[in-house]
Amino acid sequence: MRFLQTVAVMLVFGWLAACSSTGDKQTGDVAVVEDRTGETGVDTSAGGATTSALGGYSDLTIESLTDPNSPMSQRVIYFEFDSSDVAEQDREFVVAHAAILAANPDLKVSIEGHGDERGSREYNIGLGEKRAQSVRQIMEIHGVLPAQMTTVSYGEEKPAVEGHDESAWSMNRRVELVYVAY
Amino acid sequence: MKTLWMTVLGVCLYLPAWLQAALTIEITQGIEGAVPIAVVPFDTANSRQAPRENVAEIIASDLARSGRFAPVPEQNLIAYPAETSQVRFQDWRTLGVENLVIGKVETAADNQYRVQFRLFDVLRGRQITGYSMPATSEQLRYVAHRISDIIYEALTGEPGAFATHIAYVISESKNGKKEYQLQLADSDGYNPRTLLTSRQPLMSPSWSPDGRKLAYVSFEKKGRAAIFVQAIHTGKREEIASFTGINGAPSWSPDGRSMALTLSRDGNPEIYSLRLSDKKLKRLTNGAAIDTEPVWAPDGKSIVFTSDRGGSPQLYRMPAQGGRAQRLTFEGNYNASADFSPDGKNLTLVHGNGGRYQIAVLDLDSRLLRVLTDGRLDESPSFAPNGSMIIYATETGYRGVLAAVSSDGRFRQQFSLREGNVREPVWSPFVDRK
Repeated sequence: MRFLQTVAVMLVFGWLAACSSTGDKQTGDVAVVEDRTGETGVDTSAGGATTSALGGYSDLTIESLTDPNSPMSQRVIYFEFDSSDVAEQDREFVVAHAAILAANPDLKVSIEGHGDERGSREYNIGLGEKRAQSVRQIMEIHGVLPAQMTTVSYGEEKPAVEGHDESAWSMNRRVELVYVAY
Repeated sequence: MKTLWMTVLGVCLYLPAWLQAALTIEITQGIEGAVPIAVVPFDTANSRQAPRENVAEIIASDLARSGRFAPVPEQNLIAYPAETSQVRFQDWRTLGVENLVIGKVETAADNQYRVQFRLFDVLRGRQITGYSMPATSEQLRYVAHRISDIIYEALTGEPGAFATHIAYVISESKNGKKEYQLQLADSDGYNPRTLLTSRQPLMSPSWSPDGRKLAYVSFEKKGRAAIFVQAIHTGKREEIASFTGINGAPSWSPDGRSMALTLSRDGNPEIYSLRLSDKKLKRLTNGAAIDTEPVWAPDGKSIVFTSDRGGSPQLYRMPAQGGRAQRLTFEGNYNASADFSPDGKNLTLVHGNGGRYQIAVLDLDSRLLRVLTDGRLDESPSFAPNGSMIIYATETGYRGVLAAVSSDGRFRQQFSLREGNVREPVWSPFVDRK
């Protein structure tokens, strides 16, 4: 568990470094997706968004969750401002996690929604909850049992990145998957 | 529901050194048009022990903070009368002040003072009001604030709100770990007291109408949100909501019997009212949107809340028992976090436009929206109980600080703490005045 968290944290920071080095806010999101696979040492061509569902996520074993070389060790889904829609390119990623959960009914996940610091704190709690529920719905459709999932929203109270511009905000509008009872 | 009575484990009996320095106040904008007034240092010749508070200085500072008065700096005073017989009105007319305050602090018994003050109309050369009030050493600041209230009311016709409190949340990082505190201070930022300390987020403090309790959201239980009600004086608290999902945005009804709150127990963030006597829940909104941040109108008949049902967060108003909601805000792409003025005629809110979030006031009759601040990320506005000022959270150097703006936007000031991020200020109601 602790190892998992550590890996997740390391990856987030690696991701962040990659993101901030792009410098271009407009293309930041695209760069994040590309750099993520780069950071984890996976061939970027295998992660192409044009392949069929799960195409980029072939190794859907429970072990892959702890393998830092697997994209499945990633835990975070990012969102647009004031939106709780899971982006098309992240849907596969959520479905891949759902496949692992569905195959391992003892596995449980806490789906934790967050927002950036702008606007009101309680509205951001609502937004974080909607984001977590969007992810939960995709997982439920793909066979994850309700008892395997809990959602919680921290709004803007637990930012991943302490920053005050779009590069930080884009990292804070997120849902984190935290596996429990492993 | 499980009801838990417990003493607060997190209450700190000491204050860290950095907190002992009170909030200090910088006036950042607009003292033009303030009425000149002279507050003469109170005579303490008959105090056996020198009083530990400078009563006149507290009064002068209160009056200055209101934005309505400009106290004469002490070095410019031309005389130090303590009795009516010592006042030469002509001198004060020459100085250009309209009003004069004099007073005395005398020992009445052990650790017991008698504070006397008189307020004069300088032009007419007569006393407007005057009182004598007992105070222990510890009560001197409070009594000074009460005198400020009396002076303010005598001169403006509106009650003063100096002898009131503010509650707020502070977060800071200690050795890489976040620590959150719920604090209470006098309305001038002095006497900060910590009501609760937690490693997990604390949010959304809300005063009971009698000013004796605070409701708030705490994530202390395994990182899950729950709403607590805490008695300020005893520190005793009760958990009133810990449903699955969101337990947020508590807001007391004006009669103190119910609380409006946001829950997602039925799947979506919705507003409910909770009857405090038997914990009976009633759902007030129903839809796929985020509905949150309920606040009761002062007459208790309606509730204003934030909803994104129209595509962006905007304010809506519905009957207090639920039902059809009417949209109130149309300007800008973000209007949230409402608080009613005490007379129920205005709302203060967070107004987002062009990526900036500022404090605004909405006139509920004319529907005119007036932006009062010019920050980048201003939030959590809360009216003073007399409606004269709005306290809110802003930032300087990316650090959260508190600020206040007069409800006409004319006058602004900032409260600064040496460390920590301060946010979510809520101004208390008027408390019992014996």
